[in-house]
Amino acid sequence: MTIDKGDSAIEFRLDPDSGVPTYLQLVHQVEHALRLGYLKVGDQLPKVRDVVSALTINPNTVLKAYRELENKGLAAGRPGQGTFVEGTLEQVTLPELAGLRRTLMGWLASADAAGLDEDGIVALFTSVVRDSRGGRGGAAPGQAGFSGRAEAGRPDPVDGAASGGAEGVA
Amino acid sequence: MNVIETSGVGKRYGDSWALRDCTLALPAGHLAALVGPNGAGKSTLMSMTAGLTLPTEGTATVLGGRSPGSPAALDGIAFVAQESPVYRNLSAADLLHLTRNLNRRFDGGYARARLAELGIPLKKKSGKLSGGQRAQLALTLALARRPRLLILDEPLASLDPLAKQDFLAAVMTAMTDDGVSVLLSSHVVAELERLADYLIVLSGSRLQLAGEVDDLLACHRVLTAPAAEADRYAKELPVVQVRRAAAYAHLLVRVAGPAGRVPPGWESHPVTMEELVMAYLRAPGDGWPERQAPAALSPVQAAQSAEPTEAKR
Repeated sequence: MTIDKGDSAIEFRLDPDSGVPTYLQLVHQVEHALRLGYLKVGDQLPKVRDVVSALTINPNTVLKAYRELENKGLAAGRPGQGTFVEGTLEQVTLPELAGLRRTLMGWLASADAAGLDEDGIVALFTSVVRDSRGGRGGAAPGQAGFSGRAEAGRPDPVDGAASGGAEGVA
Repeated sequence: MNVIETSGVGKRYGDSWALRDCTLALPAGHLAALVGPNGAGKSTLMSMTAGLTLPTEGTATVLGGRSPGSPAALDGIAFVAQESPVYRNLSAADLLHLTRNLNRRFDGGYARARLAELGIPLKKKSGKLSGGQRAQLALTLALARRPRLLILDEPLASLDPLAKQDFLAAVMTAMTDDGVSVLLSSHVVAELERLADYLIVLSGSRLQLAGEVDDLLACHRVLTAPAAEADRYAKELPVVQVRRAAAYAHLLVRVAGPAGRVPPGWESHPVTMEELVMAYLRAPGDGWPERQAPAALSPVQAAQSAEPTEAKR
């Protein structure tokens, strides 16, 4: 049984140890591909059937991820055809990115000089990202779990965003 | 539509109850995992749904109000019992012929195409096929009946990892293509984590927990609290399970929607499906919380109980 689908723009993979709910992992991967330009408006997302058989996951999970992307305005379902990319994520231009990278390198040098090791740096970065996101987004991450909604019921969106950011730095 | 609906259903064999007071409504479109230790009543519930066993008490309906075992219910439900039972002296071709003649609805073209795709020989006796092939053969015979509800009793127990994945991919594809609802029993909770979106936990012949996985995970948290405070809050919160060390305790609690708050200084963590199932299996009571905290554990015991072992069952 072959699961290779060369015609689709992206191929999902799952990290069983991440603790991030499966549907959110799919959402994050589409967003990531949009940021990096692997996916463009009009591209078709993998068919539910293909994702289901390639990853052996529940079709409702894939549908939930695609619904989430539709709610975010990033994708739209076309009856009988599938789900297609509709929106883009604001992209930072390359020169801007290079500038940000330089600033961060400078900061890393001073963290190094202060004697912070890599784990310490990542922990600090993650916690600052979390704090600043939490401040902007309303509820603090620590309280998010008690709002009782499925999405907010887990801290994973915060963790996911933070670790995604950290990877971009490394 | 509910594919299974039971009200106070129970089954007694001689003096002992295999299932007691089970009230359940499973909506269509899910893959429901039926979990519990051996002897919890999983197979009893499955054979009742399939119409093979009559309840001693209570009522059960399937596929939106049909009586289990009625012709309409039988047409819409396919049941694969443990260990993929097929007649081992018959070939796949014979089994197709047999199944077609024993059922009012059978899609022979689909079955042949599927077996060809899987490379399962039609002429070979099914007893000579590999375990994985036999499981796929049984699944093909079940799916070719075009059921609305597919019941699989411990389908993964005897399969190697590759065969397991292929088998599950086939089940998921049937769900995607035909909207089949699935009820699947297992005692290995970890392997159901990404598959099931509905969870039914049975233990000690009783229903312990049932609901959509996302909802259940959202309304349970693990709180880590100083031991002294834990006792006080354990009385106020619906605690499912307490694990205690000398200085602090982990409380697995059910939180009631937005009103739930964490006392300051406590840590709050989401639960995994496995944690949730284990907690409800370890603390069997009748129905949902108000559970008693177990006696105080030493740190070593607490650490051990954090990793439940099959041997303890």
